[in-house]
Amino acid sequence: MQQSNVYVIAFSAVLTIILGGLLAFSAIGLKPMQDMQVALDTQKKILGAVVELKEGDDVPAIYEQRIESLVVNAKGELVSEIDGEPTVAEDIEVGKQFKLPAEDRLFPVFKYHAGEADQVDAYILPVYGNGLWDNIWGYVALENDLETVKGIVFDHAGETPGLGARITSVDVQERFKGKKIYDDLGELVAVRMVKGETGDPSIYDNNNVDGLSGATITAMGVNDMLENYLSYYAPYLKKVSGETVSTPGSERQYSDV
Amino acid sequence: MSAETEVLDKPIEKSEPSEAPLSKRRKKIITDPLNDDNPITVQVLGICSALAVTTQLSPTLIMAISVVFVIVFSNLIISLLRNLIPNRVRIIVQLAVIATLVTLVDQVLKAYFFDAWKELTVFIGLIITNCIVMGRLEAFALANKPYDSILDGLGSGLGYAWIILAVAFFRELLGSASVFGFKVFEAIGIENFPTNGIMVSPVGAFIILGLIIWVQRTKTGYVER
Repeated sequence: MQQSNVYVIAFSAVLTIILGGLLAFSAIGLKPMQDMQVALDTQKKILGAVVELKEGDDVPAIYEQRIESLVVNAKGELVSEIDGEPTVAEDIEVGKQFKLPAEDRLFPVFKYHAGEADQVDAYILPVYGNGLWDNIWGYVALENDLETVKGIVFDHAGETPGLGARITSVDVQERFKGKKIYDDLGELVAVRMVKGETGDPSIYDNNNVDGLSGATITAMGVNDMLENYLSYYAPYLKKVSGETVSTPGSERQYSDV
Repeated sequence: MSAETEVLDKPIEKSEPSEAPLSKRRKKIITDPLNDDNPITVQVLGICSALAVTTQLSPTLIMAISVVFVIVFSNLIISLLRNLIPNRVRIIVQLAVIATLVTLVDQVLKAYFFDAWKELTVFIGLIITNCIVMGRLEAFALANKPYDSILDGLGSGLGYAWIILAVAFFRELLGSASVFGFKVFEAIGIENFPTNGIMVSPVGAFIILGLIIWVQRTKTGYVER
């Protein structure tokens, strides 16, 4: 069965147009649903850093009730509008901001209220960085002392399943709970994953956690990501802690940070 | 697509009025890949995804359904076009059809099963390179009529599906002490069932798959030559 070149080319062209058209239509048709799912997933991630969500929870409603968001810049100043448009923390794509120089980036902050509306129980800060194969990102929740990690969630685009992709597993994320982002001298050091994995959490101090065996580069990516982003948020945290230090009953020790 | 199917199906039904829709030969097309000619355990194709997605049953089920869908429909489409496809570009035509179907599956999963999609998207993309799909197109759909091709796709798809579901069942049971996320051992009163870490890693899939192949070949007497 030998066809002419014209036939082969015409067949290929028609096939390409039909298949391409099909894909284009499906992409447009499914876009709103996909965007909604992505937004829902972001809300789940933000809330997931501080509370355990159960299946069947009305995530948008909880989010609406518990989370208050704002946007700051690298100097820690509140950015309420850009070019006359009010900024919405949820609409800021941390991944896109990641490509800008650090001093030009915008940093969303999500405040979590467990009960009373005027008391912030956790500050949830998005972080973004490079893994081994692709980007990694996550949310770090700090207690209202602004130094203890209340919870952490990570996600990734293409880390190796079973190795680097383990940063999404609960037992890896649990390791960060209760760790401090400042060392004993009050320096910002973030929380570091060590090289190697012992499975014994008791041998690490307040600033180190167990590493990822077989995924050292992903673990180093996590370390850099946390250190970079916590340093970007540091001016804002300092401002907030300045406010909280003046309130009586604060147990914060490193007021000179 | 549906209009095309109807038009091309009619003359075929007329041409074989004698063969029942599920004749012996056709039943064999479906049942052969389930056991005697299983794509995973006998032909040892599609191992990559069988090892990677089978830590838990629910993503495995979605993967199985996706693969069955892609095999059946790519078989159907290629079979319908089999007399039109220029021989010299047939591989790339097959690839284009498979890639389109796989992308559709990926997009639909993203819209409706987002959590499963996040977990599976890498492997869904890899269905394109799953040797089972292209193998069936090249070996069967290009030379057979649409209805038979659907049956063949269904057979191979289900042959793939039951093996990865079996692997996932044992991996989830022994690795996470649950079935479809339901904690079976807690339900029957064994509170501290020791879960096996190997089962959660791909190594566990190799072991289970090896055992399944062993048992199966002992029973069927199949020997590789």
